Amino acid sequence: MLCATSRLLAARTATALPAQPRGRGPGARCRRRELHFPGHPELPLGDFLAGRLPRSSVSAGRRAILRRGRMPPAVRGGPAGVELRPRRGRCGPQVTRAVGPDVAAEPTARSPKRPARGSRRFEAAGRWALLALVTLLAFATRFHRLDEPPHICWDETHFGKMGSYYINRTFFFDVHPPLGKMLIGLAGYLSGYDGTFLFQKPGDKYEHHNYMGMRGFCAFLGSLLVPFAYLTVLELSKSLPAALLTAALLTFDTGCLTLSQYILLDPILMFFIMAAMLSMVKYNSCADRPFSAPWWFWLSLTGINLAGALGVKFVGLFIILQVGWNTISDLWHLFGDLSLSVVTVGKHLTARILCLIVLPLTLYTATYAVHFMVLNKSGPGDGFFSSAFQARLSGNNLHNASIPEHLAYGSVITVKNVRMAMGYLHSHRHLYPEGIGARQQQVTTYLHKDYNNLWIIKKHNTNADPLDPSFPVEFVRHGDIIRLEHKETSRNLHSHYHEAPLTRKHYQVTGYGINGTGDSNDFWRIEVVNRKFGNRIKVLRSRIRLIHLVTGCVLGSSGKVLPKWGWEQLEVTCTPYLKETLNSIWNVEDHINPKLPNISLDVLQPTFPEILLESHMVMIRGNNGLKPKDNEFTSKPWHWPINYQGLRFSGINDTDFRVYLLGNPVVWWLNLLSIALYLLLGSIIAVAMQRGACLPAEVEGLSQVLLQGGGQLLLGWMLHYFPFFLMGRILYFHHYFPAMLFSSMLTGILWDTLLRLCAWSLASSSLARGIYAVGLLSLLLGTAYSFYLFHPLAYGMVGPLAQDPRSPMAGLRWLESWDF
Amino acid sequence: MKRIFFLDGSGPPFGHMLLALGGYLGGFDGNFLWNRIGAEYSSNVPVWSLRLLPALTGALLVPMAYQILLELGFSHCAATGAALLMLIENALITQSRLMLLESVLIFFNLLAVLSYLKFSNSQKQRPFSLSWWFWLTLTGVACSCAVGVKYVGVCTYLLVLTVASVHAWHLIGDRTLSHVRVLCHLLARAAALLVIPALMYLLFFYVHLILVYRSGPHDQIMSSAFQASLEGGLARITQGQPLEVAYGSQVTLKNVFGKPVPCWLHSHQSTYPMIYENGRGSSHQQQVTCYPFKDVNNWWIVKDPGRHQLVVSNPPRPVRHGDVVQLVHGMTTRFLNTPRVRRPAPGTASTSLRPALLSVAEWRCPHSVDCRPSDPTSCGLFPRGVVIGRVRNSLHWTVWFSRHDVAAPLSPHSQEVSCYVDYNISMPSQNLWRLDIVNRESDTEVWKTILSEVRLVHVNTSAVLKLSGAHLPDWGFRQLEVVGEKLSRGYHESMVWNVEEHRYGKSQEQKERELELHSPAQMDVSRNLSFMARFLELQWRMLTVRSDDSEHKYSSSPLDWVTLDTSIAYWLHPRTSAQIHLLGNAVIWASAGLATLVYALLFLWYLLRRRRGIHDLPEDSWLRWALAGALCAGGWAVNYVPFFMMEKTLFLYHYLPALAFQILLLPAVLEHLGDRLCRSPLLRSLFSGLVVAWYSCACHVFNTLRPLTYGDKSLSPSELKALRWKDSWDILIRKH
Repeated sequence: MLCATSRLLAARTATALPAQPRGRGPGARCRRRELHFPGHPELPLGDFLAGRLPRSSVSAGRRAILRRGRMPPAVRGGPAGVELRPRRGRCGPQVTRAVGPDVAAEPTARSPKRPARGSRRFEAAGRWALLALVTLLAFATRFHRLDEPPHICWDETHFGKMGSYYINRTFFFDVHPPLGKMLIGLAGYLSGYDGTFLFQKPGDKYEHHNYMGMRGFCAFLGSLLVPFAYLTVLELSKSLPAALLTAALLTFDTGCLTLSQYILLDPILMFFIMAAMLSMVKYNSCADRPFSAPWWFWLSLTGINLAGALGVKFVGLFIILQVGWNTISDLWHLFGDLSLSVVTVGKHLTARILCLIVLPLTLYTATYAVHFMVLNKSGPGDGFFSSAFQARLSGNNLHNASIPEHLAYGSVITVKNVRMAMGYLHSHRHLYPEGIGARQQQVTTYLHKDYNNLWIIKKHNTNADPLDPSFPVEFVRHGDIIRLEHKETSRNLHSHYHEAPLTRKHYQVTGYGINGTGDSNDFWRIEVVNRKFGNRIKVLRSRIRLIHLVTGCVLGSSGKVLPKWGWEQLEVTCTPYLKETLNSIWNVEDHINPKLPNISLDVLQPTFPEILLESHMVMIRGNNGLKPKDNEFTSKPWHWPINYQGLRFSGINDTDFRVYLLGNPVVWWLNLLSIALYLLLGSIIAVAMQRGACLPAEVEGLSQVLLQGGGQLLLGWMLHYFPFFLMGRILYFHHYFPAMLFSSMLTGILWDTLLRLCAWSLASSSLARGIYAVGLLSLLLGTAYSFYLFHPLAYGMVGPLAQDPRSPMAGLRWLESWDF
Repeated sequence: MKRIFFLDGSGPPFGHMLLALGGYLGGFDGNFLWNRIGAEYSSNVPVWSLRLLPALTGALLVPMAYQILLELGFSHCAATGAALLMLIENALITQSRLMLLESVLIFFNLLAVLSYLKFSNSQKQRPFSLSWWFWLTLTGVACSCAVGVKYVGVCTYLLVLTVASVHAWHLIGDRTLSHVRVLCHLLARAAALLVIPALMYLLFFYVHLILVYRSGPHDQIMSSAFQASLEGGLARITQGQPLEVAYGSQVTLKNVFGKPVPCWLHSHQSTYPMIYENGRGSSHQQQVTCYPFKDVNNWWIVKDPGRHQLVVSNPPRPVRHGDVVQLVHGMTTRFLNTPRVRRPAPGTASTSLRPALLSVAEWRCPHSVDCRPSDPTSCGLFPRGVVIGRVRNSLHWTVWFSRHDVAAPLSPHSQEVSCYVDYNISMPSQNLWRLDIVNRESDTEVWKTILSEVRLVHVNTSAVLKLSGAHLPDWGFRQLEVVGEKLSRGYHESMVWNVEEHRYGKSQEQKERELELHSPAQMDVSRNLSFMARFLELQWRMLTVRSDDSEHKYSSSPLDWVTLDTSIAYWLHPRTSAQIHLLGNAVIWASAGLATLVYALLFLWYLLRRRRGIHDLPEDSWLRWALAGALCAGGWAVNYVPFFMMEKTLFLYHYLPALAFQILLLPAVLEHLGDRLCRSPLLRSLFSGLVVAWYSCACHVFNTLRPLTYGDKSLSPSELKALRWKDSWDILIRKH
């Protein structure tokens, strides 16, 4: 439980009061104000809670449940508070396992009103029942009408398709790591989906294909978010109502609900994020018993979940940062604890390195290993990868390749840039637009395999057809002067002293000439890297450079994406700087020459680390390529927390079955308000503590929960939200949902604390109880009611659009930007 | 200088104003073009006074370095060392001898740090004394000046703020002070470090906008309202236009977003081609585009749908928010329209077809069940269920899609916008537009020239007139595409238009009106933009304007800077090979980098040891050590690291502010090492000997590179070659 605020506390204790002992208990110096409220037996809220429990419990047991459930725990007892402070973050002796009956009893044993021993069992049962209830409700909402609509919704078209690829074992390329799609594929496979559905475009009917398995899997993981959040908040705040509020916020949020109901990566990602958070919090509370079995268990579970989060989407990096921050400050703390020997600290360090770095990395790599093992057939993703990589895929023309080995004049070849994810040398029947160099045919690099990638090697001085059987075969040698003719358009690869379209320092490369007749600017010297003159040039293995004879520049790809006129392919330039970079080195991939004998080539098999590195490079490039276009409506990060605009999952017209991803505005705006309130309250408390104000024990305990537990959640929210402001890629509304989970948990803690503080300041016990209960109850009921209002967004609506007054949703279009 | 408006993406106007001040004092009249590097200054340019300010600030860096180290609590020796290093740094000299802003920026950076240090040192003795206030205020002023010179100054400002807030936090924790006193301290700091910079920053812009009141080359980027507030340019045209748009007004409509280029709503005689290249059909009506040049075809007449007059009645009836209008193209008298047929199709099979999907395949659909029986021959041609009528009009076949909007030529998800050509079919034209004033204050606001930003919402389909940003192909003369976009898609600036030119229409007859349109408008109403509005707009444009990321010959990446792998050639003598290069003193750069590394390692080491209760350093020297690191190493980091995230073209000189901080760190680390390592007098003298040797080495390098720094000596090619220590240095060697 280490967070920014608590670090400040530590720094303060270290700097301002270096000599002061750590156990500066608040109770020692401050007037203690007695609060009756936490343990009070007859609480209206109690009835509310108890109403959801089995009615049979006797009243004494019920009270006990209530007390334990709602206690702002040990912190309010003087001694416990003292213990809590120095160790910051270790949970006190109280509830280490939120639901463990034996441990939970300890703090109450100290309180004056000691509950009957028999009630403990009821309490435990109550806790379990509440958890079960929350889980049940989550599952009920998520699985309700899961099969509707029976057609592809939104990104299901991608992820469903990729699931099918795994079942069919065809290789594909995607910008996200493979784990999520692998799991979807596995779920589909286990539930009897055969991978034959095409997933062409949103709106296609599934018909007889079994899609429920995949949706059910996602909904299952999505439902688990609620109990996870419940347990996390319970662990952080030790307050049952706070946990309940959080669970209610998430259960009744239409956005989370919608996102969990379809075949998407997000429920899987959020599952791993929340699981990592939960296990981190759990492991923090085991910190007083290091190297015990639960400690190891939660620590390694954290590592496993981190690997899962990163394996689904790169957004998982943010939760890794959070756990990393937590770990570093934890270690820093242990390091400063002079009662521990350096060896012990070293052990701690090693344990964390093992569980939080080595283990996740191994698992992450393992998912890639499985990915490459499963996908062994050639598919749509081949062209993104290097020649050597493609040779692994059965069905690819390079697999067990049988092609002529040495280049000869007249050969038809494809030329690939050696730099990862740059693509093939390409040209097409489009000219460079006016104002950009000479108006000649464009030359680009293109990642997909295409007949426009084919080039013919010709001699520079003759135009005779070298494939004429009367001529002998003449091999191309290192240092030869050649011409490259584009097969489809019969234009020559050409360069001249015009600046390249994007990289102004370089020269433009074009296609020039008619039917192969051009000028001396079409001549290129072919060189093999690190070879002597006169050597033949080998397919695949030789790394060649093409040097323009007239200007002396080298053919290269700058890797920059051309604008629309260039079909967003990559720019090809001729660089006057002869430095040897991968950008200007090419290899020959396909090679067709009927006059030469085919030789079975055992292409260099790439090693696993090479494949891993390469696929990451390709993914990064793909992610960078997802840029929004000018004048396009894009979702901006500032839209998200205010729930400015949703995403249409299905249907546009009033006759369609429409599903609209939009957060429950009541929940979201409450979250927004809570963050502002939290910052205000947190800074007030922090300043008050820094000034050394005498806080009563009760407030002291509450503010500890607020600063530490809340601080962690706030950090989580910030880490999952603010980096998006820096991202250049195209963004969508659903990117906010992991952050939203954290902000909902923060809301739970904040309102619980706030209401307790309110109640406390009013002192009178009956009034205090009343305020607390009414406040909490109204929050819960308000959320539930708003869910009742907005549930058609998630479960689907048919009929007139909301701007039509006849629509049932007519009054609910609170913002003009919502279009459902 | 000539009071011409300009826009510079790199920084606020303060720096340019300072340079101009120098020129003004020197009597410069601004009549020099500055168009070519190496051009000779003509006699009317007071080069000396223009270059005075950068040189002065550059020279002041030396004593300031000395002061800063003293204030940080280091010895006079270390302070002298810092000053001497500052003195022989070739790159700083080069940069401050020319008319460039970096040295001014560095000056204000260091001034901010220095005055903050002075302030915090006087804090211990005499808070709220005169000097305390002076230094505190000076910190704020220097910070705002640094920001005002270049935006990079924000980094230093944030650094100072961070250090100040850490100190303030300790102050809050100081129980010996009363609450009131703490509050006073905090308020004083907030006023000096937050309020003063903000006010200063506003002041710069205020002066800038007062000085620069003539229109200039960057006008086009700004909004019509902004342009109208500048003298000349647009203001000359718009001066004296009627303010309120009335029925019958003749207007030009400019897109507010103006990307990719600023343009005006335009129409011309040509029609959309019947079938596009990709096989989709169009309405085949008159094109409506957005045209980036002033043209008589940009004029539109606002018409009341209920009346036939195209002139302004007397008194004029203003158009208000929410009114429904028709827009008539001035030259062709055609109505702005986005086509859609209201009659329902006979069959319903078409309902699931979206315009985007009307591809070639559907045109050839064999079984067209819904074709009218009267047109048996056409059945093979038209998509199933889509045709409800076809009309022969001289040469053209026009196809109307039922229940579906006609898709725009390049953006198939939006509706086409056209001017309605009457092909004599009984189709109701859909030319009613509702006026939606975006920046209205009340719901009955009148449509105002220039000031009002309006959306035009199509009444029948609630589509909004929008600039899609795509260039039409040759049939559209490469003008920009205008589409009708569904209102529900959310708000975007490309949907917003404003009236730029405006006059009341007077003639009902077409011929007279054409004449009227060709003649310029005049009448007189003055309008002024408040300073804040102008400031906000200018600020927004400065932050969002993006210079094309073209590469420059001397551009470099941040990684090259630390190792000095790059250089910039500033000037080459036209005849001899005397030249000026931005080149650093290699010894200083290398040792400064090393010092930063050593500092980081030592700091980490001490920190860990302190955590284990081992105090290598006494408390006060540890605090001093930490503060020196926070300011110097921190200053280096905040002035360097952000460049990794920038996408603009970077040059070596961007590194100089960071380098200045790094040079400050160097003697601090040396002194610390000397104190810690050298216990015996022998070691101590050995150490000082090493330092002196190292320093004379740096002096030697300075002396060797001097010709390139000052450009005062012509060197032979072999000498130049000898100076080219790294291959990546672009030293120019004449081939004779």
